[in-house]
Amino acid sequence: MSGSRTDMLKTARAEPLWPRPPLWVSALGAAALALLIAYPFIFTTSFSQHLMILILLYALMAQSWNVVAGLSGQISLGQAIFFGIGAYSSTVLFAKYGVTPWVGLMVGMLLSALAAVAIGVPTLRLRGHYFAIATLLIGSSVQIVFQRWDWVGAASGLYVPIERASPWFYLQFHTSKVPYYYLALGAVAIGYLVVWKLRRSRLGFRLQALRDEPDAAASLGIAIARHKVLAFMISAAMMSVAGTFYAQYVLVLDPERLFSAEISIIVLLMTVLGGSGTLWGPALGAAILVPLSEYSRIWFGGTGRTIDLILYGILILLVCMWRPSGILSLLEERIRRRAEMP
Amino acid sequence: MSPLLDVSGLTKRYGGVTANADIVFDVNEGEIVGIIGPNGAGKSTLFDLITGFQQPDGGRVLLDGHDITGLRPDRISRLGVARTFQKLKPFIDLTVTENVIVGALAHTSDMKTARDRALESLAFVDLLEKRNNFARELSTGQRKRLILMDEVTGGVDQRSIVGLIALVLELKQRGVTVVMIEHNMQVIMRLADRILALHAGRPIAFGAPEQVRSEPAVVDAYLGTVTDAA
Repeated sequence: MSGSRTDMLKTARAEPLWPRPPLWVSALGAAALALLIAYPFIFTTSFSQHLMILILLYALMAQSWNVVAGLSGQISLGQAIFFGIGAYSSTVLFAKYGVTPWVGLMVGMLLSALAAVAIGVPTLRLRGHYFAIATLLIGSSVQIVFQRWDWVGAASGLYVPIERASPWFYLQFHTSKVPYYYLALGAVAIGYLVVWKLRRSRLGFRLQALRDEPDAAASLGIAIARHKVLAFMISAAMMSVAGTFYAQYVLVLDPERLFSAEISIIVLLMTVLGGSGTLWGPALGAAILVPLSEYSRIWFGGTGRTIDLILYGILILLVCMWRPSGILSLLEERIRRRAEMP
Repeated sequence: MSPLLDVSGLTKRYGGVTANADIVFDVNEGEIVGIIGPNGAGKSTLFDLITGFQQPDGGRVLLDGHDITGLRPDRISRLGVARTFQKLKPFIDLTVTENVIVGALAHTSDMKTARDRALESLAFVDLLEKRNNFARELSTGQRKRLILMDEVTGGVDQRSIVGLIALVLELKQRGVTVVMIEHNMQVIMRLADRILALHAGRPIAFGAPEQVRSEPAVVDAYLGTVTDAA
């Protein structure tokens, strides 16, 4: 009995720590990467580039929600807080003190992470839906504060002062969208790399454990509240990057839009649609919902303003009915099953 | 030598209901102690109090002579106390190996080391074959000094019970101390060195299995007293 046991243990130890994806998945990934890199040269119209920049931006934002909700199981409805903090940090520093947005980006990440601690420490000890409710309400409060705060422009918001010289220093590009495209692609690449690493780390495993069974996780020595706050901090810093990028892209800060609950909810919808808790689900969700929203606006014009939300609703309904774990899970299940076959 | 686990005067009340009243017992290093009692006797509550999942209203829990009363569950776990849950709580979105890796990561941050330890544990409990399945039912047999098992034979078929008994004895041989809640009298009589019997939250007997089984209060608790019947 023990002989076969040791044999099997040997085989098991020789297996790769992380199963390699099948060839067709790797090939598909390489092709997608090549397409992403070449995209601005294939699609040269301003609209097609704008569309892809938005997809990338939302892919990053949705991934930020995925870290706190998908990995650690805490439904945040206040991600817009960090989006706004990111946008305001870089813009205030630049408009008032002439500090490069690169520094503003880091400051925004730091402030967002601190805000996540301030919000998370009292609320993440609660179980169930309290965290969702708290973040939703704190999100609206933060919006109201920014709408009344004269120093940051109150309800009329702020403009990013136009600088035509040294675009890479000021992070403003007025002649072409291509630099914005590659900046967004770079941010997404880094963000997804971080999450990819996170999912394979001790922290990532602990987050998934406490998401599935907090009691069992605690019985294995995991400090539940501290780990949830940590996930929320990472999520907030990521969202903040998207906020700074967005401010540099549109050059106008409107607190009504930046801190809107709509942003918090759309990143949720994208992630759930694509596959919450998976690495590529948020990107898939963004790639489906952003074009849907942009094209419905084109087709229906001003009258169809909320058509995209109706379509979102229908899609989410379908996913919840047929595939609650998201579209990507269809694929992942197939890969797993194939990998199990000898 | 002082006992590994020393519980004294442990009390838990929910409003007017006393779930645990003045529980006193101790567990020596390397010993298997069984906890028996009818449904609602307060067995699982007692586990919750010892492992920090609920705060006691009174009493003390000493581990190795150190007071661990009311510490957070994760702190108590890191002191070397493991527990299982009556209702299985696997991390359902992880594979069997990954489930055990979560436990192994308590001692290392290196994934490869954690994976290899997890595989050893899986070999120990004869689960290697299922290592890449998703965990739907699994109770972790992680190496600890003291493990509290809440009805591990519940909902398990007869053939597997034999395996579980062997597993508990193997744990004991490795020097692990065990406290187990158990309804199956054959199992507990066979395994336990001493038994604590609870009834309606109160300890009614504590001692050698034979002695506890013949204790009139225990017989009454299970079968009802003659006066009850009359």
